Amino acid sequence: MTALNATTSNVRLTAPLSRAKVGMASLIFMESAFFSAFLVTYLYYIGKSPDGPQPLDCLELNLVLINSVCLLSSSITVVLAVRSLARGAMGAFRLWLAVTILLGLEFLLGTGYEWWGLIEDKGLTLQSNAFGTNFYSLVGFHAFHVLVGLVLLIGVFILSLFGFINPARDHQRVDIATWYWHFVDVVWILVFTLVYIVGRVPQGAPA
Amino acid sequence: MTIGSGHSSLAPLPGPSPRGRFWELVMQWAISVDHKKLAMMYIGAGLIFFLVGGIEAAFMRLQLAQAGNNVVDPATFNQLFTMHGTTMVFLVGMPILLGFGNYLIPLMVGARDMAFPRLNAFGFWLFIFGGLLLYFSYVGADGLYGAGTAPDVGWFAYAPLTSRTFSRGNSTDYWILGILVSGFGSMTTAINFIATILCMRCPGMKLMRMPMIAWMMLVVAFLVLVAIPILTAAQSMLLLDRTLGAHFFDPETQGSAILWQHLFWFFGHPEVYILILPAFGFVSEIMPTFSRKVIFGYPLMVAATVGIGFISLGVWAHHMFVVGLGPVLDSFFGATTFLISVPTGIKIFNWLGTMWGGRLQFTTPMLFVTGFVAMFVIGGLTGIMLATVPLDWQLSDSYFVVGHFHYVLFGGTVFGIFGALFYWFPKATGRLLDERLGKWTFWLLFIGFTLTFMPMHVSGALGMPRRIYTYEVDRGWEIWNLISSIGVPVQMAGVAIFLWNVVRSLRKGEVAGDDPWDAWTLEWSTSSPPPEWNFDRIPTCTSARPLWDRKHPEDPDAHYE
Repeated sequence: MTALNATTSNVRLTAPLSRAKVGMASLIFMESAFFSAFLVTYLYYIGKSPDGPQPLDCLELNLVLINSVCLLSSSITVVLAVRSLARGAMGAFRLWLAVTILLGLEFLLGTGYEWWGLIEDKGLTLQSNAFGTNFYSLVGFHAFHVLVGLVLLIGVFILSLFGFINPARDHQRVDIATWYWHFVDVVWILVFTLVYIVGRVPQGAPA
Repeated sequence: MTIGSGHSSLAPLPGPSPRGRFWELVMQWAISVDHKKLAMMYIGAGLIFFLVGGIEAAFMRLQLAQAGNNVVDPATFNQLFTMHGTTMVFLVGMPILLGFGNYLIPLMVGARDMAFPRLNAFGFWLFIFGGLLLYFSYVGADGLYGAGTAPDVGWFAYAPLTSRTFSRGNSTDYWILGILVSGFGSMTTAINFIATILCMRCPGMKLMRMPMIAWMMLVVAFLVLVAIPILTAAQSMLLLDRTLGAHFFDPETQGSAILWQHLFWFFGHPEVYILILPAFGFVSEIMPTFSRKVIFGYPLMVAATVGIGFISLGVWAHHMFVVGLGPVLDSFFGATTFLISVPTGIKIFNWLGTMWGGRLQFTTPMLFVTGFVAMFVIGGLTGIMLATVPLDWQLSDSYFVVGHFHYVLFGGTVFGIFGALFYWFPKATGRLLDERLGKWTFWLLFIGFTLTFMPMHVSGALGMPRRIYTYEVDRGWEIWNLISSIGVPVQMAGVAIFLWNVVRSLRKGEVAGDDPWDAWTLEWSTSSPPPEWNFDRIPTCTSARPLWDRKHPEDPDAHYE
């Protein structure tokens, strides 16, 4: 085999990996590390609040279940939005995106309402005890990330209203933006499990 | 798209006054998204902070030169060691190493810029403003009245010292926010590194053909994405504790001081590898060039790097043996720490294997990386000593530990950085640094470094705790401290000669040409300094040493793959 052959046969085009996808995946990886610190801290403090309001007395499932259903189903509606965009159906895209945004808003307002009740009726604040500290930090940081995801989706929605979204060119970009929304949902599943299921075991009882 | 021809705005202003030219230059750098300009600003800013951190260290050594000295008062001493540590880790090590990654990754993998150039600029300015925010504490930490105070809680800021009760004023908040902001900068840079390395490689640049630096930076970026968010989370908790009265770390109100230690060191130990892996990369590029041999055991080097990346996430509690974690955890973390010395040892032997039988050329960069290997081995061995739990109980928080990590971070990282500065300076500026002055720098730094840090092992073994601002006469520590302090002016002379070398070489250094070292990686195939677009034509890569293939078409490296 001549040198030239060896050389040319060795040059292969590397598979074009989308830098937007890799960038968003890295961002989500980083955010996962951030949340894992708060989740582990929450886990560590379960059952370590001898005084003050207790999870079993404070947290009620009714409202938070509605919120959770809204947030989780918004993951489905956002997928429907992206699929509509890929088909070129702008009307359906805007509709599903609007539904997603409304569901996200419901989650944020619902969380706010829940907090209002906790502060006013149960007297649970960030300063109450370890439970209050951890509850508001974890749920609050998650809600903050929902807000960021919501701003992202609203931005896409406004762009689409003014005709800046071109289905052929942009459906992948919009898809990547929605990865963040799915991530926020997955984090909520973990937060919900930890705070409202694992964390509501009676205090002092072996967990 | 109706953007029009944007060329008119790029044309130079008509007949600029010298003042106008100056501002034009400032603007050119301030709004640049070119990875090479950002990298040089990263490294330049890092070197300025290096001088600041060095001056802080010099004051500490001056204070400790004699027993019962009174150069600075105890409160100032606390601020000095806090700011020295924080500066050197977050404002010197990180930016200089990330700066080299910024400069070299696109050039080495044959790309025209990073994956996200504007995000890159954003990260750099976050780092700068984070650093300035930290140092603004000297002016503003007390509020607008009176003199300010710098943070004084140590660079790892253990709870409950950082609580409102014990740390009054705003100095600790400045520490939190400054590091938080520059941490965001590091994370955006890490995202950029990963996307660039995975997506922007030129045709033929397979992963296993990448220069070792690209591999090291990939693992470093991964570690940054795992570790820095944990610090960000811990600092957010501390900020909530201090400003809103939360109870994360305050033991009086059911908080846990140990939790801070776990979270901090879960960040802190990967951070050590974030600081050393890029330097490993420098050695792995410089050593083959000046041994005129390919790197020994490339695949094993890659495997060892990835191995270090993963194991480094499981060793953090070896910083906490004296806490009393119990025999199970102590043994586990001692064992993982021993384990991480295996891939590290593989690297050391591979470097020796690279030098073995080579035609060695002891230029300044080669001197520095050879010094790196020797000093890093000493630092690594004392590290293994400290991983032995009973010995750690004796030596923890003593000057032995200070000596250990300076051997790793100064003898390791800083020597690597100096080697890299001498090696890539001609690429970045088009002019070589002076070799004679360079050798002066190396020997002064090497001798000064040994004088300062070798005796710390002895004073530490004799029981001298770190962070004390003075000591009594009859402890047997005086001579060792005096020797340590004598090393400081020697190192300062070395750094001063280096700075003079840079200034002088920029003006009348020997013109380098594209490839002054007869190297094999792609950055040497373009002009020095490279054009803004790096390569006129995107290169193709035929082997792990594409430039060798181009220079020696009769014997391409691809034959031996």
